[in-house]
Amino acid sequence: MAASGNTSDVFAPWNDASATPLIRFEGVTKRYGDFTAIDNLTLDIYEREFYALLGPSGCGKTTLLRLLAGFEEATEGRILIGGKDISKVPPNQRPVNMMFQSYALFPHMSVAKNIGFGLKQEGRSKDEIAQRVAEMLTLVQLQEFAKRKPHQLSGGQRQRVALARSLAKNPKLLLLDEPLGALDKKLRERTQFELMNLQEKLGVTFMIVTHDQEEAMTVASRIAIMDKGIVAQVDTPAMIYEAPKNRYVSDFIGDVNFIEGTVTAQQDHEITLQSAAGQDFILHSDKPLAISSTAWLAIRPEKIAVSKEPPEDRRNKLQGIVDDIAYSGSISTYHVRLSNGDLIKAQMTNQRRLSNRAITWEDNVWLSWTDTAAIALTE
Amino acid sequence: MTINWRRFLLIGIPMIWLLVFFLMPFFIVLKISLSDMATAMPPYTPNYTPEAGIQGMVNLWQAFDLENFIWLLEDNIYWLSYLSSLQIALVSTLFTLLLGYPIAYALARSPEKWRGLLVLMIILPFWTSFLIRVYSWIGILKTEGFLNHFLLWLGVIDTPLAMINTNFAVYIGIVYSYLPFMVLPLYAALEKMDDSLIEAALDLGTTRLGAFWQVTFPLSLPGIVAGCFLVFIPAMGEFVIPDLLGGSETLMIGKTLWGEFFSNRDWPVASAVAIVLLMLLVIPILLFQRQQEKAQEAAS
Amino acid sequence: MNQKRFTWFNATSLTFGFVFLYLPIMLLIIYSFNDSKLVTVWGGFSTRWYTALFQNESFMNAAWVTFKVAVLSATIATVLGTLAALVLTRAGKFRGRMLFSGMVYSPLVMPEVITGLSLLLLFVAIGWDRGFWTITIAHVTFSMCYVAVVVSSRLISFDRSLEEAALDLGCNPFNAFMQVTLPIIMPAVVAAWLLAFTLSLDDLVIASFTSGPGATTLPMKIYSQVRLGLKPEINALSTLLIVAVSVGVIAASLIAKRAEQVRARSGDG
Repeated sequence: MAASGNTSDVFAPWNDASATPLIRFEGVTKRYGDFTAIDNLTLDIYEREFYALLGPSGCGKTTLLRLLAGFEEATEGRILIGGKDISKVPPNQRPVNMMFQSYALFPHMSVAKNIGFGLKQEGRSKDEIAQRVAEMLTLVQLQEFAKRKPHQLSGGQRQRVALARSLAKNPKLLLLDEPLGALDKKLRERTQFELMNLQEKLGVTFMIVTHDQEEAMTVASRIAIMDKGIVAQVDTPAMIYEAPKNRYVSDFIGDVNFIEGTVTAQQDHEITLQSAAGQDFILHSDKPLAISSTAWLAIRPEKIAVSKEPPEDRRNKLQGIVDDIAYSGSISTYHVRLSNGDLIKAQMTNQRRLSNRAITWEDNVWLSWTDTAAIALTE
Repeated sequence: MTINWRRFLLIGIPMIWLLVFFLMPFFIVLKISLSDMATAMPPYTPNYTPEAGIQGMVNLWQAFDLENFIWLLEDNIYWLSYLSSLQIALVSTLFTLLLGYPIAYALARSPEKWRGLLVLMIILPFWTSFLIRVYSWIGILKTEGFLNHFLLWLGVIDTPLAMINTNFAVYIGIVYSYLPFMVLPLYAALEKMDDSLIEAALDLGTTRLGAFWQVTFPLSLPGIVAGCFLVFIPAMGEFVIPDLLGGSETLMIGKTLWGEFFSNRDWPVASAVAIVLLMLLVIPILLFQRQQEKAQEAAS
Repeated sequence: MNQKRFTWFNATSLTFGFVFLYLPIMLLIIYSFNDSKLVTVWGGFSTRWYTALFQNESFMNAAWVTFKVAVLSATIATVLGTLAALVLTRAGKFRGRMLFSGMVYSPLVMPEVITGLSLLLLFVAIGWDRGFWTITIAHVTFSMCYVAVVVSSRLISFDRSLEEAALDLGCNPFNAFMQVTLPIIMPAVVAAWLLAFTLSLDDLVIASFTSGPGATTLPMKIYSQVRLGLKPEINALSTLLIVAVSVGVIAASLIAKRAEQVRARSGDG
């Protein structure tokens, strides 16, 4: 999939000022009584995007999807599809289809009837429907299951029927509500790649709701991280990971360690931050920070090296005692307790076999990282 | 061994009760339906007593005949009351469905915090006396009753309508008495339906009405079937409603049986009527049982 | 998220349904306080029919007989019906299982005239005097089936692992039932008893067949009166019965709701 980057040959319509978005949310607010599910939200989604809404449950991501599908009406603001306000268009007349979290397959209809349901509503001829259903069945590789009922299928097969059904009408936009939530891990990973291939092949815009950050990182061209009805950041997966805008985003995506401190010096992008314990750290910042303002150093565990000897070539280092080691095969996560009681997580790939590992519990170790590994966050 | 003994008791006690007080009486009904009427007490012959021995059994057997059933065939009144029971039960089941479906649908789609109370309000009349509920309609339907007063006051009619002692009153009585039996299974079927199915149908381009006919209605069919059985079967054998609300021309088999038994004191014919009614109901009862067992299996 | 509201259509059907269900009962109650002897013509407020009712000894006797039959038959039916429910849900396969479940479900849909007639013929054939006991036995027979259905539906949703845990901790099956299963299914058993009680209280047809001289139940008494037309005393009696039953049902459902909440908190499915 398209990753970050600003070169013109990469798919990135959001960087093109002349591109018109397929979907536009303009100051959309949705309230249920006193509860604000979506708060003054403005978003642009472009054609052919694979757009992920990511956030914890209750952050408003599903409400956003249901607003687009037409099952909820915005309290304030407008939603535009292809430049047209669709706020008053009922769900059955929107050029949008949805794949439901529960799949919502009609239990009394066969797989073929389910897939053909939307086409039948359009009043297409029997032959036309049969042809399109066959096409969709081939697309999701379920040709021999056309006559089965949903309860005779496995979870993965049902998921594919639901996908085929929502794609059969060739919508401009496909909404996917936690589409892989009910599948086990292996199948989920495989299906993620299938979804991506399908999306590229069909050129349909996909909008996926998920609470699984790995899933969003894998499939999406852009991710919107949501928190309590507002969008915390919209960016490509790599930018979200490497350049989060605030602590909420960096904490939500992957693991991160924070060290609070005061800015003492700045030279170009290089900042010196002094921690409460009086130790200086060198870190990277895209924007200028005021001297003596409060900021947080954020560093990912895998960017921290663990060693028994003090590293001579690095300016950022900390000493501590190994509290715990979580071994997960390819990598090990070390929980290192500092003298002030804080825990820092560091990850190392297991290049050697377990029995040859040098570092173990209660060892006194050094943590170190390069000058550009950590970033500064102000909120 | 002790466990088997317990198991034997567990199964045995309710089994014996049902065999003695449910199954055996049917064989007695069958036997008496083949006997002749007598004016003595009990009013039928022959009587078998164990002292008569084997010869007694033989005599008993020889005395049996199908006379009572032939009598049923020959006398129009029985034919007509079977047919009329069937018609009244079918029509009122249909009306109960037409009235009960919108109620069950509205219950299933009502706000969650209200639902418990609303369901309780549907069940509550079912707990109050059946006889009293039927009785309450006499005051409404009779010639100088509430409904006629109301319609006269509205100016819809000039002279009171004759509603009591007609089949119309019987339909109302059955619909009113059995409405909860229709609403509850329908509600159960509609309530467990996933809302996202309707949303999916709308999303795929149907109208609300289209979604109802293509998704909601077919999925509520088990509830419809259960509800119709629960109304139709007891309505077939109903006695109180046709007796209190119906007129002399209202023929229903339950009423006929009651009359044969209590007024004519013809026990053998009453038994024969019961046997025929049972044979007519055996198919729906068996179908209903099959459906219940399946539902139980699906639930467990 | 997706909060349901009353739509216009749904509100209309519910209103219509409830008016249909409750208006006749309301009219009955209102006119029980009618001073006039003509039941459908309002002649001023009065409680004279209640006084008349309490002075009528035959009504009082019938009420007492009905109450005794109902308590006794509901209690026996609850024991037998709970056993039957256990057989249906726990006994597994045995010879005659089909027959057994058939005998449990059939009385639910059997026309009352048939049940009544067949039981009467049984009592005559074995030469029992008809009266209090025969009514009680007849009521036990049909209401135990309702009990079995109510209790077995609770047993089906019951988490078997609780029983298995009790057995694992050294209970024998009987003690496991008494100490674990029965306390948990108790609300259903109580509900079943109440159901059996009201069914017995309500029954006219089966009681008419199986009763003899000296044992007249309240429904039989009411029936013999209303056959002849409207009777203001019957309105008064109906009002009392309706109020008693409504209070009972509402109280029972509140208790059940409380029990449900307790159960939900303790986490038993």
